[in-house]
Amino acid sequence: MPEPVLEIRNVSKTYTGRRGLFGKSDPVDALRDVSLTVARGESFGLVGESGSGKTTLTRSILRLEQPSSGQILFHGNDMAALSPRSLRRLRARIQIVFQDPYASLNPRMTIEDIVTEPMLIHRDIVGLDRAARRDRAAELLSLVGLGSQLLRRHPHEFSGGQRQRIGIARALASGPELLLLDEPTSALDVSVQAQVLNLLIELQDRLQLTYFFISHDLAVVRYLCTRVALIHHGRIIEEGETNRIFDAPQTEYARTLISAAPEVRVPA
Amino acid sequence: MSDVADISMPHAEAAPRREGLARGWFRFRQSRLSMVGAALTFVVLFFAVFGMMLAPYPEHVAGGIETGLRFLPPSWAHPFGTNELGQDVLSLTMAGTTVSVLAGFGVVLIGTLIGTVMGGIAGFAGGWLDEILMRFTDLTLTIPSLILAMAIAAALGPGFENMVLAISLSWWPGYARLVRGEVIGAREEVYVTAARAIGASPTRVLFRHILPNCVSPIIVKMSLDMGFAILTVAGLGFIGIGVRPPTPEWGTMLSNARSYMPDIWWTAMAPGTAMFLTVVGFNLLGDGLRDILDPKGRR
Repeated sequence: MPEPVLEIRNVSKTYTGRRGLFGKSDPVDALRDVSLTVARGESFGLVGESGSGKTTLTRSILRLEQPSSGQILFHGNDMAALSPRSLRRLRARIQIVFQDPYASLNPRMTIEDIVTEPMLIHRDIVGLDRAARRDRAAELLSLVGLGSQLLRRHPHEFSGGQRQRIGIARALASGPELLLLDEPTSALDVSVQAQVLNLLIELQDRLQLTYFFISHDLAVVRYLCTRVALIHHGRIIEEGETNRIFDAPQTEYARTLISAAPEVRVPA
Repeated sequence: MSDVADISMPHAEAAPRREGLARGWFRFRQSRLSMVGAALTFVVLFFAVFGMMLAPYPEHVAGGIETGLRFLPPSWAHPFGTNELGQDVLSLTMAGTTVSVLAGFGVVLIGTLIGTVMGGIAGFAGGWLDEILMRFTDLTLTIPSLILAMAIAAALGPGFENMVLAISLSWWPGYARLVRGEVIGAREEVYVTAARAIGASPTRVLFRHILPNCVSPIIVKMSLDMGFAILTVAGLGFIGIGVRPPTPEWGTMLSNARSYMPDIWWTAMAPGTAMFLTVVGFNLLGDGLRDILDPKGRR
């Protein structure tokens, strides 16, 4: 197995109950003892229903949230032990594409501002001046299949698929090696979904990216991912090669999930 | 999105910003009241700048007295009559616009500044800092502005700057509450999470991502508040702790006119009407701006 990029070791996250007017609500176990390893260059799929802990896990990987226990290692370094400075440098190497392309772009910024912002924040790593950043932004836009003349526009002038491409361009701007894809196609039309998925596959080939793909859409996961883990109520139920999971699921939950999915023919 | 946006897509290429302005202007023009408000506001701002110069009796504006001409009723020479010192009321009213509008702007600007800083920090930081800042805001809200202004005038002496300062100090809590609410709403937006995931500093997140998305309601509140601020300024002038004569000011003029009411009614007419039209103008303008900037707030 190639070198692991991301290792998640026994991560649990419990949201403590809120004190309200009528006493305390129960604590919620969002993640229970989750362990996963994502190898370099692979597409790892995480499948689960709504509320199964997928989003909590991504937020923990991005360190937008602290796990209650366990470790998350990036290239063997515990992310919780990093200094704020190193953590900031690390953020350039892990990026995320969000589910909702309508909410994930700041409506007050132009496309140029949106795509150049990661380069501006990480200018000590990326090392580009203003003009070079603009050129790079134009380059990124053409990489995701958009014209560079769109740099001056605002997000509201674009369709959902175009916005998601802009979101991908932003995620690529700081030159990351690991991309978290949080249901990047579930808010899009079916025809556009295929385009975006193909774009993601093409980008992975060109830029040697590692994908951590989160979805509840089994067909999409089967199309894109080499390995899959199923998560249910914050616990990893089953993990393995995509074909193995789909052809010979070991657990009852996996069988239910797969048989419940509508029949889809995978395009060749 | 609106269908207007889709139709205009091909032309938006050259100047999307101008396109947005044109669309806003179109929607603004749809409402006649908004246009009346804009026109009134324009007239008020015009007199605020040129009132002193255009006044037919500039010597009266400067403090000149002609006791022989006191209490003349409205005529062609003096359309709004003359006051107890024989000064032309029209000239004084025109010149008085400057003080009122300047003070109104000052109060609203300082209030917005303090309120945005307080509300922005409270909403962004949350927790105990939020708690402390907002309780302090509540505390300030309990102090009546006129009383505070009187106290400041007593301590520092009456005058334009002290008056503006005094009113601003009791004016900012409204903005602090508005901004805090907006910031708390914007803080949870996905694009803010995206910025944090990129590694943006808290300052950058606040100033680049959160606050720019809160400006529309602030601008609307500013234009709605202008009228009330001008009214408060006139109120201070009325009770005699605002701008000192001979500087013409609407509140002071009304206060002086009060002693000769109702026989000499014209000395109160001009400044009263001016104040009324100014407040109505700014309020209508604010309502119109809300319709184009903040569609959610439309009634």
